[in-house]
Amino acid sequence: MKIAVCVKEVPDTSVEKRIDPSTMRLSRDAGDRTLNSFDLNAIEQAIRLKEAAGDGEVVLVSMGPARAVESIRKGLAMGADRAVLVADDAAAGSDLVATSYVLATALERENPDVILFGQQASDGDGAVMWSAVADRLRLPVISQISELTVAGGEATAKRQTEFGYDTIKTALPAVLAVSDAINEPRYPSLKGIMGAKKKPQDVLGLGDIGADASRAGSAGSKTEVKALNAPPSRGDTQKIEDDGSAAEKVVAFLIERKLV
Amino acid sequence: MSTLVFLEHHGDSAVKGALGVLSKAASLDPNTAAVIVGSGVGAVAAQAAKYGAAKVYVVDDVSVAAPLPQPRVDAIAGLVKDQGFDTVLFGASVLAADVAGGLAARLDAGLNWDLADISGSGDSLVGKRPALGDSVYVDVAWTASPRLGMFRSGSFEATENAAAGEVVSVGVATEDFSGKASLVGQDQEQAAGPSIEEADILVCGGRGVGGPDGFGQLEALAAALGGAVASTRAVVDSGWYPYATQIGQTGKSVAPKLYVGAGVSGAIQHKVGMQSSQTIVSINKDATAPIFDFSDFGVVGDLNTVVPTLTELVKARKG
Repeated sequence: MKIAVCVKEVPDTSVEKRIDPSTMRLSRDAGDRTLNSFDLNAIEQAIRLKEAAGDGEVVLVSMGPARAVESIRKGLAMGADRAVLVADDAAAGSDLVATSYVLATALERENPDVILFGQQASDGDGAVMWSAVADRLRLPVISQISELTVAGGEATAKRQTEFGYDTIKTALPAVLAVSDAINEPRYPSLKGIMGAKKKPQDVLGLGDIGADASRAGSAGSKTEVKALNAPPSRGDTQKIEDDGSAAEKVVAFLIERKLV
Repeated sequence: MSTLVFLEHHGDSAVKGALGVLSKAASLDPNTAAVIVGSGVGAVAAQAAKYGAAKVYVVDDVSVAAPLPQPRVDAIAGLVKDQGFDTVLFGASVLAADVAGGLAARLDAGLNWDLADISGSGDSLVGKRPALGDSVYVDVAWTASPRLGMFRSGSFEATENAAAGEVVSVGVATEDFSGKASLVGQDQEQAAGPSIEEADILVCGGRGVGGPDGFGQLEALAAALGGAVASTRAVVDSGWYPYATQIGQTGKSVAPKLYVGAGVSGAIQHKVGMQSSQTIVSINKDATAPIFDFSDFGVVGDLNTVVPTLTELVKARKG
């Protein structure tokens, strides 16, 4: 079974401030990058599917700057077999429409049985990419999967929605987006980390995958950022110490706001 | 501008978020239409008229009864092509996100999501998107039509605004791949009260509640206020309360009229899921808890004494 996992490098939000070990000063480098944490669940699931099938291949597929290979290597250290990164200046600034086109073009060359995604990108809160990629590849899609069984050319998935759980079945190949409730991603072993550098890591241009540059990057995008503004202020706020009358004061506040 | 709103429904009624988007769209474009895809959805169509839809396109067929996205992409793409809609709007949900993403690819159309507001008209349409933990509001636009937009839950109030609501039945030409996924089972927890995304009032318990037993008093307060109980990731990870109630980065985003946090510290992962709440009241023993920075009314105190008293006072007030 061949499994592709779509992954993305994102800014490392867990490192807001850190000390640079070489200078022992607060790092001014805002450029810390890491693999999207939600992608780890997808990589973990891919490795488990391969292990359960007894054979197969796990390929990481990504689009981003060439240096993203460093972040993606974490997935190879976990146990993925190889990585394909589409890195091209002409792909910079891609929105959903453009990115889904590039990813779908890269995935078509791989022709996997299963295409996995994590539940969202931690940088853009996006939860729409898999569905766009599935439509371009003309494949069925199931998202928010918390339990997954793949057997006999079919996938059965339990997904969480606002109203409870749905169980959905589909023939393969299919695009499957897993939630972070599905598994606990493994930590790469020392052996895995050492071996990751030797695994195939193809950095390809748009031309290499047969993608039309006019459909990628800013040229292929249909949305734009107009301006950045400060968030609206919450207005006056009150904070009191409970001296036994806090509950009464809360009720008075709720009455004032017409909430009770 | 010609606007179409995807009116998601559950059972016999439209979901609140989608109705809010319809109300807003109708205020920008009086000719706004709604589309409903499902089986036996007559009651939902009547609701669409009440909330401002000039026209209601209905795809009513047992083959599209299951809440699966791809047949809905087929239906909406067909309407956009046949009727020439230049704007399609969604209220965020698990289903709507999958429909919007698929539709963007199908129509090669720009999709701006996680929007909190929208203004302008036609080519000057601008969406407001909170970003980077809502520390910045980004004005986003579209460079071509059709324009697709999806809004955070609770962005707009669903307001009644009766419109013609002419019902037009349409068929759907489904793509071969759209029928490959099928619903084989449903397990819908019949939770007491509304789901946390639908509730107007939420009482949210955090780690400070101390254990599963502490949630009884929150349920009592929620019942008195007419709301639902929500929780944080720490609570769910500890197994104190169900995942379906979890707010935050890995849970649900909510925007109720009133959010009451009890023993919630207000970590960034939680904040991103609830800071759009209209009014935020918090109770925490720790005066330095970050939640006080974005609360309208903060109480530094023990929730075990404040919450039960508050419940009694609210009950007394409501008689």
